[in-house]
Amino acid sequence: MPRKSRKANRRHPLATVVLIAIGLAFTGGGYALFSSTTTATAETTVSQSTIDEGEKLFAANCATCHGMSLEGTPDGPSLIGVGAAAVNFQVGTGRMPMAMQGPQAMQKPTQFTDEQIAALAAYVASISPGPAIPDESLLQADGDAANGAELFRINCAMCHNVHGAGGALTEGKFAPELTGVLPTHIYEAMLTGPQNMPVFNDDNLSPEDKRDIITYLKYLEANPSPGGNELGSLGPVAEGLFVWIFGLGAVIGLMVWLTAKSN
Amino acid sequence: MTSTIDRTEHGSSAPADAKPAPKGGGFTGAAANYLDERTSISAVVKEFGRKIFPDHWSFMLGEVALYSFVVIVLSGTFLTFFFQASMVETHYDGAWIPLKGVEMSAAMESALHISFDVRGGLLVRQIHHWAALLFIAAIGLHMLRVFFTGAFRKPRELNWVIGFMLFVLAMAEGFTGYSLPDDLLSGNGLRIIDGLIKGIPFIGTWTSFLLFGGEFPGTAIVGRLYTLHILLLPAILVAFLALHLVFVVVHKHTQFAGPGRTEKNVIGYPILPVYAAKAGGFFFLVFGVIALMASFFTINPIWNYGPYDPSPVSAGTQPDWYIGFADGALRLIPPGWEFVWLDHTWSFNIIVPVLALLVLLGAVAAYPFFESWVTGDKREHHILDRPRNAPTRTAIGAAGVTFYAALWAAASSDLMATHFQLSIEGVIHVVQAWAVLGPFIAYFITKRVCIGLMKKDREIVLHGYESGRIVRLPGGEYIEVHEQMDEYDRWKLVDFEQYEPIMLRPNAQGKITGGMRFRARVSRWFFEDRIAPAQQRELGHGHDDTHGELEGGKGH
Amino acid sequence: MAHDEVSGHDATASDSSAVEASRGTSTGTAVIASDVANPGEPPHRERITDLDPKEAKKAQRSIYTLFYLSIAGSIFALAAYMAFPIEDGDISAIRLNTMFIGIGCALALFGIGLAAVHWGKALMYDKEGIDERHPVRGTDETRARAVEIFHEADQESGFGRRTLIRNSLIGAIIAFPLPGLVLFRGLAPQDQDPVELLSHTMWEKGARLTLDPSGIPVKASDVTIGSAFHIIPEGLNDRHDWLEQKAKAAVLLMRLNPDDLNITPGRESWSYDGIVAYSKICTHVGCPVALYEQQTHHLLCPCHQSTFDVVNECEVIFGPAKRPLPQLPITVDDEGYLVAQSDFHEPVGPSFWERQ
Repeated sequence: MPRKSRKANRRHPLATVVLIAIGLAFTGGGYALFSSTTTATAETTVSQSTIDEGEKLFAANCATCHGMSLEGTPDGPSLIGVGAAAVNFQVGTGRMPMAMQGPQAMQKPTQFTDEQIAALAAYVASISPGPAIPDESLLQADGDAANGAELFRINCAMCHNVHGAGGALTEGKFAPELTGVLPTHIYEAMLTGPQNMPVFNDDNLSPEDKRDIITYLKYLEANPSPGGNELGSLGPVAEGLFVWIFGLGAVIGLMVWLTAKSN
Repeated sequence: MTSTIDRTEHGSSAPADAKPAPKGGGFTGAAANYLDERTSISAVVKEFGRKIFPDHWSFMLGEVALYSFVVIVLSGTFLTFFFQASMVETHYDGAWIPLKGVEMSAAMESALHISFDVRGGLLVRQIHHWAALLFIAAIGLHMLRVFFTGAFRKPRELNWVIGFMLFVLAMAEGFTGYSLPDDLLSGNGLRIIDGLIKGIPFIGTWTSFLLFGGEFPGTAIVGRLYTLHILLLPAILVAFLALHLVFVVVHKHTQFAGPGRTEKNVIGYPILPVYAAKAGGFFFLVFGVIALMASFFTINPIWNYGPYDPSPVSAGTQPDWYIGFADGALRLIPPGWEFVWLDHTWSFNIIVPVLALLVLLGAVAAYPFFESWVTGDKREHHILDRPRNAPTRTAIGAAGVTFYAALWAAASSDLMATHFQLSIEGVIHVVQAWAVLGPFIAYFITKRVCIGLMKKDREIVLHGYESGRIVRLPGGEYIEVHEQMDEYDRWKLVDFEQYEPIMLRPNAQGKITGGMRFRARVSRWFFEDRIAPAQQRELGHGHDDTHGELEGGKGH
Repeated sequence: MAHDEVSGHDATASDSSAVEASRGTSTGTAVIASDVANPGEPPHRERITDLDPKEAKKAQRSIYTLFYLSIAGSIFALAAYMAFPIEDGDISAIRLNTMFIGIGCALALFGIGLAAVHWGKALMYDKEGIDERHPVRGTDETRARAVEIFHEADQESGFGRRTLIRNSLIGAIIAFPLPGLVLFRGLAPQDQDPVELLSHTMWEKGARLTLDPSGIPVKASDVTIGSAFHIIPEGLNDRHDWLEQKAKAAVLLMRLNPDDLNITPGRESWSYDGIVAYSKICTHVGCPVALYEQQTHHLLCPCHQSTFDVVNECEVIFGPAKRPLPQLPITVDDEGYLVAQSDFHEPVGPSFWERQ
């Protein structure tokens, strides 16, 4: 996977102005003004051949819904300003290309190799800049887990559950489970707000905050509950079902044995 | 008390140690003498030592509840030595890194301390919580057993009410305990309780301020709940529990119909030695099951929830299972049930579910009195009904269970939606329909099934059961041989009673009052459909045409 | 109706005499019972341990083995307590400590339980016994004597006769608990007006919107379309009553395309360029409503699934809540930071009786 060198996400007051100017110049639309984040975009060193390969892949797999020039169609939103991060997340987790229209795009095995995903991302980013794929240094799960946990509870737990076990949204949508999700994808999801997830730009959760949240989630994966099996981390419902089925079940089994006549 | 255990009949096979061996001296004798001269304990042993307790697996459910309670008291006592029921702000500095340095109450900090820094502390916490869940589940199942077998009938109506009080107290104990760690999950639970209380007309706002000592969440609630949880509620609970057990002794245990069993006797095993061994051993088994659950399965991982803060909330915020029906009732209310009238807010989205729960609980408490009013039966009942032999009662019970189950299911609507890939709105709408229509459907189906089973029983009594043996008759015809039951098995199927509806007759003043009419109507609804037990004269000639005919019912 | 003819009892409710009712013999409505005779107890069946001394020996052996196993379990639990220290704070050590002490205890418990029950079932004399039942009511003599005692006590004390004494006693007993009850008034503070407190939050004109939990102020330009910011008022973290204040003042800040917002007259100035701030406290029973869907603009409460439509000023589109989430009027100060124009225009959170 070709690494992109990029500037750190330091916000310079002028960067916003420049970005807005670029965004307006590219699209002329108001939408991009807000959906492209204030993050400074990456200075790419991706080769033209990679972008060309991405363009071919895009035309073959994505353009039907998202339009030949990313402008969107009734079947799929515009991809102007979504950036490489969104592409890497959506395609890298198998959500795109979508198998069928539903309440939301479902996660499934990825259909592309890492190189192909990188090419697609590079192509989309080359047409219209947006959030870039995060820097490896932020994905090491080596931050402050306590800060991450607190931010997770405030910003994420209402949908994803405090343990990242996922939860229900309206009209058949849901917030997915976060266990086993790659740090890159967690970061990109926060940065780009895929589907109905809100965007958490760097003014809301700084890159370090995002790193801390990843640190917390990875801490949970590395440290299973000291109390034993977590029953899906679903909380009291799972515990109640367990006690009724297995707890009482075992006790009733013992009761039947106890009161049965001995041979 | 006149217990008799016949030991002469099989004297040859009776083990030698079963014979009473009079002991004169030795240390045991001296100790017993010492004790008896000061306590009259021999009278207690004489009275209760050989008390008979009938054997049926379902009779042990109450014991499961009792034993879980003992486990709760033991483990809870341990926890009190470490827990600090205080909401003083402190900073966590323990083993769980994701909470290091986080500001939290002393209650939460000490609960984490028990979990991570006291050896075996987490085990005891989990034992306490699992035992609490099992306690209330066992009470629930015990109540269902008592209900469906008619064990609440005279003379046990008051003990039913006492048991009901225990159920309510157990739920209160559970909820107060659940709220003590002051974690995010229980804090949001308290927030819901606060919102619920505020919605009550007239007294809501002030009650909320009284409970929380001012504005929610305040700094008083954990300490107050702690007093309730470890002092007031357990004291009342133990008092009711003692009363409950005293009545079990006074009434003697019920028994199912069986050969030799009558309304005037109890057949079973004596407390000493058989029940001392079996029921005593059972305590260890129940404790063992709880210990196993606590060793292998996490319960209430407060370290994941973090300290309470009014801003965050977790997806899947639910109460423990026994409060689920209340949470579900809140979820099922459609939008818009709140009005401003006479300058006050009437929150029917809260009043209606609260009333529904009170009515449900009230109906449970009052049912024995209702049934005895319908039957007018003033006799004592010690032989249990098989559920099928009381079709209307069983159907009412099934309707109640269905309604409760709907409320219960509603409390996990979000998890059903995610796990079965449904929309949450769809789940709620289905459960709303279930809560309204389900009880009627359950009532109807259960009653038909019960009557069908009674017919089948009657058939078996009269014609025997299908032996599975096919015989060819001389004429070439094949028949399956029906084998008659032996008289002991048959007795289990015929020893029951059926009530007939009340005949409406003028009272002493020669009048038929509205109340009498109403009672006659309820009586007809109750007892119209019935299958009479087989009579002696029918047994001989089993091909009586009238067998299995549904009596008195209209439209069948 | 064929069976009624042979029914043993024909009594109906109106036939039953008062005596029957008071003696507990009335069946109430008519009862049909079977007239088949109770066959009596079946012959006793011997267990294999009764018949075969070898089996009895075997049972004995398994029973004492189980008791010994229980001792082993207890020792195992003790050993586990010592062998798995947790003081270094390693989570997996806590796991092992919990599990192995638990296994030891469970083994100890199951050993005793299984052995005792097996003993009771297989070796103890198993002929069933019979207890006779007697009516729960006292015998006639006892009841007569009880009545007599009450009567004598009444005579000797004059309880029924001296009505002035009796009634004043009852009055005193009723009055006495009242002070005790009133003392509990102290559970709520004397100097607070709940309605006043519930009607106001920390928000005031010019208060900056700051991030939860850090307290960093938020600029309008920071809030991009599709974002959701969890907001607390400036200065909240410094207050000693921050929990109570946060429980009322928590706000969710979102930015939508301004064209998507349907704004009612009078509220045009409450938002800033598509940025809207709504109370996070559910109008049902007060859970934090923060499940924001940025495409459908739904806000869902995870507790009871009330759903609010941000586009239509957070009106309720599903669930048990009635009222829309209160909107916090916001604007931008000279430095570009988002600030509140005022407090909420209505009480936030769950309904209460005095709310108008």
